[in-house]
Amino acid sequence: MPHNTVAVVGAAETTKLGVITDLSQIGLHADAALNAMKDCGLTPKDIDGIACANETPVQLAHYLGITPTWIDGTAVGGCSFMIHVRHAAAAIEAGLAKTILITHGESGKSRIGNPPRSVHPQSLNGQFEQPFGPMGPPSMFTIPVLRYMKTFGVTEEQIAQVCVVQREWAGKNPRATFRNPITTEDVLNSRMIAYPFRLLMCCLVTDGGGALILTSAERAKDFPTKPVYILGTGESAETPMISQMEDFTSSRAFRVAGPTAFKEAGITHKDVDHLMIYDAFAHLPLYGLEDLGFLPRGEAAGFIAARNTAPGGKLPLNTNGGGLSYMHSGMYGMYALQESVRQMRGIAPAQVPGAKISVCHGVGGMFAASGTIIFSNQAP
Amino acid sequence: MAQPGRALPQPTPETQHFWDGTKANQLLLQRCDDCSQVYFPPRPFCPVCASRHVSVIPASGKGILYSYVIHHRPVPGFTPPYAIAVVQLAEGPRMMTNIVECEQTPEALQLDMPVEVVFEPQTDTITLPLFRPAKG
Repeated sequence: MPHNTVAVVGAAETTKLGVITDLSQIGLHADAALNAMKDCGLTPKDIDGIACANETPVQLAHYLGITPTWIDGTAVGGCSFMIHVRHAAAAIEAGLAKTILITHGESGKSRIGNPPRSVHPQSLNGQFEQPFGPMGPPSMFTIPVLRYMKTFGVTEEQIAQVCVVQREWAGKNPRATFRNPITTEDVLNSRMIAYPFRLLMCCLVTDGGGALILTSAERAKDFPTKPVYILGTGESAETPMISQMEDFTSSRAFRVAGPTAFKEAGITHKDVDHLMIYDAFAHLPLYGLEDLGFLPRGEAAGFIAARNTAPGGKLPLNTNGGGLSYMHSGMYGMYALQESVRQMRGIAPAQVPGAKISVCHGVGGMFAASGTIIFSNQAP
Repeated sequence: MAQPGRALPQPTPETQHFWDGTKANQLLLQRCDDCSQVYFPPRPFCPVCASRHVSVIPASGKGILYSYVIHHRPVPGFTPPYAIAVVQLAEGPRMMTNIVECEQTPEALQLDMPVEVVFEPQTDTITLPLFRPAKG
């Protein structure tokens, strides 16, 4: 697998984020793709590989006028894009394609051209989870957390701190949906959704999209943008049923994907300047910090409450404001990747000064799948 | 008894025995004849060693409350707030369920408290395994 042999040369989000009523889901894909091509001076004729998740790559290739020699429709939830990056890097390395476009668009709020998801009653989820009254991620992704809290003595106040710190980052970002500062009390007084989770511990629901363009590090030097090299990658899967997680206090998919990426990159945790951990809910950064090996088990809540991940802290985390405050269209991984690329290009609204290595970690489904990408702005 | 609108399972060939079991007020698991692993949800082979030599076994119906949320939003067939729980059975496997005959509050729903299965018929063919605080 590649070490610095593949780079991101094009990266962009949709022109607008938030509530977008003039584009359908595929239109959001296309808007992001056209913005990413413009970012690096390419046209669809220059693209020979395409990947996306909630539309088929066939759909997008035809819509955009691309004739691919490589396609990837991996759709394992919100970390699909980390996995697309991993597969694309391997494909470029293997010579299957030269210039790969990864797109995402999602009308999560306005729900235009975004059919409702349903759980089939013959599926295992439909037989053994759905009859007991869950309604989507807020009532399911959160089920392991009381066990985590009891095991490690973590409090609701500490979980609320995750939201407070991320809102501080969002306050520095003009494109963030929620920018006003909040307090622990604001979080704990917000409406109860699924005890112990309150409204402000749950992600936003918005519309948007993003796209990335990857090519070989050698070709990347000829592009107008600052190349962002891919140092290491990892992916894994555990279970589509939250009730069947092996360990309610830790994600096996995280524990495979994260260390795989670190090993491939040949870096240690001390080398990491900037970190993104997909935060659909406030407990995700806790599991991520521990399962990726940044902290011993049970120490992440105290680490965040002590402001280590806040602006000015030693491990800047979710610097766009995260899914909790920046945006979350349903599959958030693309937006985490975009922030890592901005940080490596040195153009993020809340730029981490001198950052050279960024780790971007995603979750798919509800601890079902995972993907980790380690970026660097240092030339090979 | 039946709560109109609640999502109900549709058994498949691999799971039919489980739903036949709950209809007869039995909680059935499977055990590998080769490596002795007890597992759930049902499948016709062992998820640990891949052996196809597996047997259906009755579970004790005893377990502990492993984790849960108390859902506050409306869902067809439920009156919020209600707990969506995971119990760990005495035999090892965990399953999602609801906790009945119990206040749906953090105070009443203590992790690790003993629970036991109760069977709630929903239709002529489907009975759901729910759990209540263990009696003695």
